[in-house]
Amino acid sequence: MARPILHMNKICKQFGDVSVLKDVDLTVYEGEVLALMGENGAGKSTLMKILCGVHPFTRGTIRLDEKEIFIASVRDAMRMGIAFIHQELNLVENLDIAGNIFLGREPVTRWGWPDKKRMSKETAGLLARVGLDARPETPVRQLSLASQQLVEIAKALSLRSRILIMDEPTSSLTMKETALLFDTVADLKSKGTSVIYISHRMNEIMQIADRVVVLKDGKNGGELKKEELNHASLVRLMVGRNIDRSIFASRCALPNASFNAESIRTHRYPHQPVSFSLNSGKITGIAGLVGSGRTELVESVCGIRSLIAGSVYLDGKAIRIKSPSDAIRQGIFLVPEDRKQHGIITGMSITENLSLPNLHAYSTMSLVRQAKESFAARAQVDNLDIRCASLQHLLKDLSGGNQQKVAIGKWLSRTARLMVFDEPTRGVDVGAKAEIYRIMRRLADEGAMVLVVSSDMEELMIISDRMLVMHEGRISGELLSDEFTEQRILSYAFGNG
Amino acid sequence: MKKEKGIFIIFIVLCSVVSIGNPNFLSAANLQNTTRLIGIFGIFSIGSGIVIITRGIDLSVGSIFALEGVLLSMLLVSQKIAWPIAVMTVLLLTLAIGWCHGIMISKLKIQPFIITLCGLLVYRGLARFFSNDITMGFGYGEGFTALQRLATGNLFGVPSPFILLLVVGAAAWVFLHRSVYGRYLFAVGQNEEAAFFSGINVKRMLLAAYIISALLAGIAGILLAFYTNAIAPSSHGNFYELYGIAAAVLGGCSLRGGEGSIIGIVLGAAMLQVIQNLVNLLGIPSSLNFAVMGVVILTGVLADKFIRRNKY
Repeated sequence: MARPILHMNKICKQFGDVSVLKDVDLTVYEGEVLALMGENGAGKSTLMKILCGVHPFTRGTIRLDEKEIFIASVRDAMRMGIAFIHQELNLVENLDIAGNIFLGREPVTRWGWPDKKRMSKETAGLLARVGLDARPETPVRQLSLASQQLVEIAKALSLRSRILIMDEPTSSLTMKETALLFDTVADLKSKGTSVIYISHRMNEIMQIADRVVVLKDGKNGGELKKEELNHASLVRLMVGRNIDRSIFASRCALPNASFNAESIRTHRYPHQPVSFSLNSGKITGIAGLVGSGRTELVESVCGIRSLIAGSVYLDGKAIRIKSPSDAIRQGIFLVPEDRKQHGIITGMSITENLSLPNLHAYSTMSLVRQAKESFAARAQVDNLDIRCASLQHLLKDLSGGNQQKVAIGKWLSRTARLMVFDEPTRGVDVGAKAEIYRIMRRLADEGAMVLVVSSDMEELMIISDRMLVMHEGRISGELLSDEFTEQRILSYAFGNG
Repeated sequence: MKKEKGIFIIFIVLCSVVSIGNPNFLSAANLQNTTRLIGIFGIFSIGSGIVIITRGIDLSVGSIFALEGVLLSMLLVSQKIAWPIAVMTVLLLTLAIGWCHGIMISKLKIQPFIITLCGLLVYRGLARFFSNDITMGFGYGEGFTALQRLATGNLFGVPSPFILLLVVGAAAWVFLHRSVYGRYLFAVGQNEEAAFFSGINVKRMLLAAYIISALLAGIAGILLAFYTNAIAPSSHGNFYELYGIAAAVLGGCSLRGGEGSIIGIVLGAAMLQVIQNLVNLLGIPSSLNFAVMGVVILTGVLADKFIRRNKY
């Protein structure tokens, strides 16, 4: 085994009275990919934030190369060679690549101007190392999300980072981009850089990790070596139970409701008419690459964006949807892709979030009856097993999985005809994932139509009864559950077939 | 609720300090005058606060006072129009002003700061133009003594603007803190997009906020016109929009939107008046007026920030 370079020893962290980390140990070896896993709220992010100087810790020691170190700020961590690549990238969009890489430490010429030539030259070298084919003068704004991530890695390399922390780096990448990122990671590894990799996607972990450390409820939850790594062992460590896939099977209700879209066209792909139909009791998945127009399609159906042309029928009757409130009145609900920006209001309480679309039902003469409101909220919290100490908790204090349950729960006190989920399990842990799948199936069993957009192909294959695949704004293929294979879905997604 | 309690305690402390420094603070005449001003300022501060809760701002209030005062004087004194009609006319005008602001902010999506800044300039200019820059007044109130008495009189010794504030404040409290629409306003202020995704008619809520603000400015403007009894078009109501904003911020509204309460705003407005009083009664040179107010507001905001950080 390689030489250990970093020891975090008995780290404890408290926020106020809440103990988030309890005696957590973590060792990182030179040139390894260490996957850090755990349910949301298990303490992964906190541990990493301690390592890169965002949070101070309450107790414990950190040793780098056998010497005890004190990390007081992000700058300190950088100087010691620890770099954090955040889930939300931290690039300045209107600067070029070189400008971003050297931001705040630009080399200067004799006259005190930034030395553009040197920046470009060094940047070109770094970009070659991470395998990004772009000129150093390209504005970051023009790069895809995946390329921006590579720029972040290049920046980390330029700081001579020895430990690179990646937080859910693939959550918005396509399959191809993910493969590219993994190549870069493998290359970094071979040159002795250690990578701490945080992800919820088991397939990825099994693909690239040399070792997995699991955190559970702020404590060490176990460790797996590469040869011990498989789906079942991971799930068992993280949730302490196995998830039974059979509960997701369809119980096949009679099709007594229907939704038809005929030649609808969205602003994203104005020349591409799309038609599809849905039946009640079924979960329909929409697969496709990022940018294939899936989100635009479902948001248009839900009144977020306007349609350019086409008609929409619910139970055979033509309906007009010009705003979300029109859609909601018809029983068409959306759990949006961007949870924090669109799905919930982080500064409001659980009760207020859950009741927001339903306030009129809880009020008389437009005055909210608080007893009714909190009663309904309490019922939904119990129903969805949302973990919280009080209903007055603000959403920003909840973990990602619980936030998503609230984003779903706000629609569940009404009768859904068509419930649309856009990337419902992004940044959500395994336990909450299973819960969310269960909710979808229950909705379908109760006679609703369920439409799910997801970039996680495995997820779609587990939960869908039928799958539509999109490519550049059109539906390029349709598959029934016995026809699902990764290969067929991908070939439709790339526009073949 | 906690926050309002804090503001209330500071308010009481401030009042005690002033009354110890100068017992005249508690004299009937001073109390009457102060509560009268609290009434006037409180009413339009509620409007400013509601707009701030939606993450907007209304800078036009002071100029609305000038334009409204000039028009009211012209209608009553020069045109000798019956006062109920004159009052209805100016209130409808302010309503129309608020509607214009709201439409441009919600439908055309122009920043509220810019729209209401333009309003500030336009209405001030119009006020000076209509009046030929001559100070307008209400003379002896021939023909509208009832209105004058309504605006400047007392009921059981309590100045009518203060009573009106209690009525407006109660209505605003029910609207903001108990009704569906109040919740929507907070939601829009917190996160406009999420509110839209939840089916809230965001445009209508923004429109409503600016109409409420302008209309409350209209009501306060009538009271203010009769209180000063002389409307100098170039200075009447100058900076008053900032009093409204200051009262709201002092009362716990965040300019980031989605935060604040009616009780807080009214206490904030009251506190500003007591500070004015403090300057007058303690013999602090009146040239320091604004400086004192600025320091007090700053202290309040810093204290709030400090308390909140410690809690976290």
